[in-house]
Amino acid sequence: MNVVVCVKQIPDPAATPSLDAEHRLDRSGKLILDEADTYGVEVALRLVEASGDGEVSLVSMGDATDVTGIRSALAMGAMRATVVSDPLLKGADALTTAKVLAAVISRDVPDLVLAATESSDGYTGTLPVQLAELLGLPALTFATSVAVESGDVVVHRQTELGYDEVVAALPAVVTVTAGVVEPRYATFKGIMAAKSRTVEVLSVADLGLDASALVPRQEVVSVELAATKNAGEKYVDDGEGAARIVAFLERIKILAGSAS
Amino acid sequence: MSVSNLWVLAEPARGDVTTTSKELISEARRLGATVTAITWGANDDVARVVGSYGASRLWDLGDLGAILPASVVANTVASLLEGETPDAVLIPASNDGRDIAGRLSARLDTPVLTNVTGLRDGATLESEHPIFGGTHTVLARLRDSAPGLFVVRAKSFSATPDGVDVALRESVTPVTSSRTATIRSSHVEERNGPALEDAKVVVSGGRGLGDASSYALVEELARLLDGAPGASRAIVDAGWVPYSHQVGQTGKTVKPDLYVACGISGATQHMVGMKGAANVIAINKDPDAPIFAISDFGVVGDVQRVLPALIELLKARA
Ligand SMILES: Cc1cc2nc3c(=O)[nH]c(=O)nc-3n(C[C@H](O)[C@H](O)[C@H](O)COP(=O)(O)OP(=O)(O)OC[C@H]3O[C@@H](n4cnc5c(N)ncnc54)[C@H](O)[C@@H]3O)c2cc1C
Ligand SMILES: Cc1cc2nc3c(=O)[nH]c(=O)nc-3n(C[C@H](O)[C@H](O)[C@H](O)COP(=O)(O)OP(=O)(O)OC[C@H]3O[C@@H](n4cnc5c(N)ncnc54)[C@H](O)[C@@H]3O)c2cc1C
Repeated sequence: MNVVVCVKQIPDPAATPSLDAEHRLDRSGKLILDEADTYGVEVALRLVEASGDGEVSLVSMGDATDVTGIRSALAMGAMRATVVSDPLLKGADALTTAKVLAAVISRDVPDLVLAATESSDGYTGTLPVQLAELLGLPALTFATSVAVESGDVVVHRQTELGYDEVVAALPAVVTVTAGVVEPRYATFKGIMAAKSRTVEVLSVADLGLDASALVPRQEVVSVELAATKNAGEKYVDDGEGAARIVAFLERIKILAGSAS
Repeated sequence: MSVSNLWVLAEPARGDVTTTSKELISEARRLGATVTAITWGANDDVARVVGSYGASRLWDLGDLGAILPASVVANTVASLLEGETPDAVLIPASNDGRDIAGRLSARLDTPVLTNVTGLRDGATLESEHPIFGGTHTVLARLRDSAPGLFVVRAKSFSATPDGVDVALRESVTPVTSSRTATIRSSHVEERNGPALEDAKVVVSGGRGLGDASSYALVEELARLLDGAPGASRAIVDAGWVPYSHQVGQTGKTVKPDLYVACGISGATQHMVGMKGAANVIAINKDPDAPIFAISDFGVVGDVQRVLPALIELLKARA
């Protein structure tokens, strides 16, 4: 089976994020593969390995000056990648991004499209379902396990109370939550092989998309500093930490005051 | 005042609608709008419930069967929007809510504003979004898009049942979809005590507990304080506790009277889900852990010592 995984390069989450002059996330620093996407890549590789044929390919939208993050997903075992990169797409909202990814994926619809439930930088969590609607496919979201059974995809979907077992006919879009599988480390051989794999870079015009349909329609009015709370008391535990907590609980009336 | 007509998706939950749905109906009414609630799979009492929070009309799609509701609900809402254009559709930030918003957005060719924690009635409806772990608030709006689609986080508003009337209930025939996914079975994890999102006290554990078995200390403390046990994502991902315990950006939003963070560093994605707590106690062995910055009371210490001692003191009082 063929699986397409949506992967995104993001500013390093360990660095302090900032906004540019137009109130957009500053993406000018080094970009890395969103860790949330490594789970999708791993799930895809396992499904393809289990099916015995087909391959995993990657689609991405974003700056393609440095594609090290994409290469790291290729090093895990994906065979090729398509990145749509175009100055027209700066500040794209999630729906615009979905339109672009749908245009790439619809050139050759795979059996399964995988994405993370939400990205680590924008975390709207709506893109994969927008993509499913544009492609005319079912969407099975918040999956903690993914299996394929005779032409159907079966997932465990997280719910407020536990999980549901959900099934749909392929092709379909599935979003996976972090931690569902242990993403493999790229081997030296994988890293070497990734160097020769194709990373196709396309512009909006290459995809035949109408640029006027891609104009961002969300607008940031202002960015304000949120009210912050001051840190309260802090004690180093000297054996009395628990007793001090009890006294605090009495003060805030979670516990009734003791008689003493 | 610019908004006059708001639609709210009232997500069903065991014969009722979710608390977040009630919060959104209350807020829509507070903004001065005529409020329409849209629901499915609910019981007959829902018209009274949504009416009591301020909806004057209820569109009821009825039982959709064992499917993920998003594609059918989005199709139906899209067809209802052909007859009337509200200022906005407010959608609770739940799993199904997010899916419905995504489908509807693509159907209507309108972007969605997500992770909304506040609404302001300006020239158009504007939404507040916490970013960078809540240190900043972005105020955003949609350009030339009616209706606006907003996905709103739980506990952004209070739910106040001071409307008095029963909403006028109209049955709506659902618009079917060929893109559905079927629910084969549902698995519910047993939990005792109050629900995490409603509990007055929440005691959460993180990676600093050291191992899965130490989570019992968190559960015991929660029980002694009539609270609910919660968790950071680190220990959910590690498989120590089920996802239903997770507090934070991708988990539950809680706003208890007291939140006790045990061995939790205080990552921005965790704090987004609990910083509305009236009081925060943190126990962490690292004096520089970010959680202390938002704590009312901090103990720099080992959870393996402080928690058992605290449990003993509380048991002695009981
Ligand atoms: C703080 C912040 C808030 C934002 N709020 C909004 C908002 O309210 N509404 C809105 O429309 N946009 C918003 N955006 C913009 C939005 O993040 C971008 O449009 C982004 O390209 C797609 O959204 P996402 O990453 O949030 O998607 P999600 O839906 O969170 O992404 C889920 C998964 O889809 C895949 N995916 C997402 N983007 C790409 C990509 N570029 N290439 C390949 N795969 C991808 C990945 O697997 C990802 O994990 C916001 C951005 C920031 C930084
Ligand atoms: C897109 C995205 C979404 C996310 N959503 C969420 C979410 O919803 N909820 C969430 O919680 N996280 C979320 N995270 C993860 C988050 O970034 C952190 O990784 C996570 O919260 C860390 O959990 P922790 O505090 O338990 O672990 P750590 O960060 O490892 O912290 C452990 C703490 O325990 C302390 N400690 C160690 N030993 C002891 C001891 N013996 N006694 C006392 N203290 C001790 C340490 O000093 C440290 O501060 C998300 C991340 C991303 C990228």
